[in-house]
Amino acid sequence: MASVSPYSNAPVLDLEALARRREVKTNVLLTVPALTVLVAAASGPLLIMLIFSFLTPGDYGGVKWELSFDAWFQVVLHRDIFDDTISLADAHLSILWRSVKLSFLTTLVAFILGFPTAYFIATRPPETRNIWLFLVTIPFWTNLLIRTFAILEIIRNQGVINSALLGMGLIDAPLDMLYTDIAILLGMTYVYIPLMILPIYASMERLDFRLVEAGYDLYASRWKVLKRIILPLVKPGVIAGSILVFIPSLGAYVTPRVLGGGKNLMLGNLIELQFGQGRNWPLGAALSLTLLVIVMFALIFYVRSAQRETH
Amino acid sequence: MAVARQKPFVIRHMPGFPTLAIVCFFALYMPLVPLVIYSFNAGNNIALWEGISFRWYVAAWDNELVKAAAVRSLVVASFASFFATILATMAALGTTRTRAYRGQTTIYALINQPLMVPEIVTAVALLILFAMIKEATGYHGYAYLIIAHTAFCIPFAYLPIRARLEGMDKTLETAAADLYARPWPTFRRVTLPLMLPGIFAGAMLAFVISLDDVVITEFVKSAGQDTLPTYMLGQLRRVITPEINAISSVLLLISVILVTLIFFLSRNKTA
Repeated sequence: MASVSPYSNAPVLDLEALARRREVKTNVLLTVPALTVLVAAASGPLLIMLIFSFLTPGDYGGVKWELSFDAWFQVVLHRDIFDDTISLADAHLSILWRSVKLSFLTTLVAFILGFPTAYFIATRPPETRNIWLFLVTIPFWTNLLIRTFAILEIIRNQGVINSALLGMGLIDAPLDMLYTDIAILLGMTYVYIPLMILPIYASMERLDFRLVEAGYDLYASRWKVLKRIILPLVKPGVIAGSILVFIPSLGAYVTPRVLGGGKNLMLGNLIELQFGQGRNWPLGAALSLTLLVIVMFALIFYVRSAQRETH
Repeated sequence: MAVARQKPFVIRHMPGFPTLAIVCFFALYMPLVPLVIYSFNAGNNIALWEGISFRWYVAAWDNELVKAAAVRSLVVASFASFFATILATMAALGTTRTRAYRGQTTIYALINQPLMVPEIVTAVALLILFAMIKEATGYHGYAYLIIAHTAFCIPFAYLPIRARLEGMDKTLETAAADLYARPWPTFRRVTLPLMLPGIFAGAMLAFVISLDDVVITEFVKSAGQDTLPTYMLGQLRRVITPEINAISSVLLLISVILVTLIFFLSRNKTA
């Protein structure tokens, strides 16, 4: 052992091993209370949900304890109640597609706006940098419902945007923005953009600008420096930010509920429906697990690319 | 680096980036302005301005449902952040400044699980579990909400505490032990005071996270257990009056104050 401990040469190795084992035991014991709560109210329920996805829906919500694979079948397929023909469940697939599409677009828009913002903050003098960062953090810690409500107020027919456009004479009638996919996209971008800016900034802060300078010395254009030097160097931050925006967008519930109205459902709202009016708990469980699987794939992709960066 | 080169400005400049950044900052704050302004509207409508008044703040204050929901939010957030902070402090002590041991990765994964699993999935899973327990025991109290909130607050309390601990070396504790202090007094008189800024930051984050939660509360609560956010979510389905703006503005103010406090707390750490 290359330990700097003054005792390392003394013949007390057995005692040291004993102390080490005791330390580990104490450490594990210290984590037990937190883990108990987490298993009881976070991990354990997921397992119960897995079981529920293989049961038969009860008549008034809940389940009957009879094995059934219908719920998983119904996630993507639809059996006609009259002639038993099997077809794709268009309603579910279109909601799934909307969720993926809107989450992807949210991530893209958040990147397009968030990347320059992170770059801007990282290139401020160190004294003011924290203030800019603080300005990004405040909306992030503000209630998500309030921020969604704020978006609702500005895009509604009599809202600020429509009033301004009408006032300037650019449009004759208010634009119907509320309760559309665009509204959801706008809302999710607004709500989640700090999650894009912060990790990109964290990468950007460590960026060695001498490399940028070297690029310019070798006659690279600004675009080329951005594409060939800066972007590859801050790629871990970009990937982290994209994951942090993509995952909550995919599972978004509040924003599509408030801004999408009753028609433009996303996966989160479809899941809720099964526990409310739909009264199909197994299907709700199966849909939730489908969402979880997609999220896990996104996370695995992230871990893989993060590992590749470090090697 | 910046000291070595006195004019790095040109090199760091990217055309269009400052403009986009300003647009982004403007977009972050612009939507909140009408929200606050209309909370002072004298009229009944959130779109028609009819002069300044505080009537909606008074209305919100006099609304028993709002008051009850606000108290409920504060009580749940207090209990949840209290428990989460204690559990997270213990967990942080058990996972930092230690030799790597088997199972540590699993512990990290469990602690961070609430950050990785979409809220709606956890919410639905809890709904299923708690529905079974409610049916079996007949208990419909606040324990469900508090346990659920405690669980998802743990990672938020854990992260700043762990960050603080990792910045502390063990020399002071070793010195205390060398002077024959027993483990508990060493912890109470040396480790704990050094950890306090991290614990405060963690507790406050947990409090804010619990206070803001909509999705999990919406699915876990029993009848008549609305917190302020779920009450507001319910109201958004009906005719919206500036009362919602008034409540939102107050919550906004509280968040800003708390975040500012956390900001200065964590800044002192580096100073």
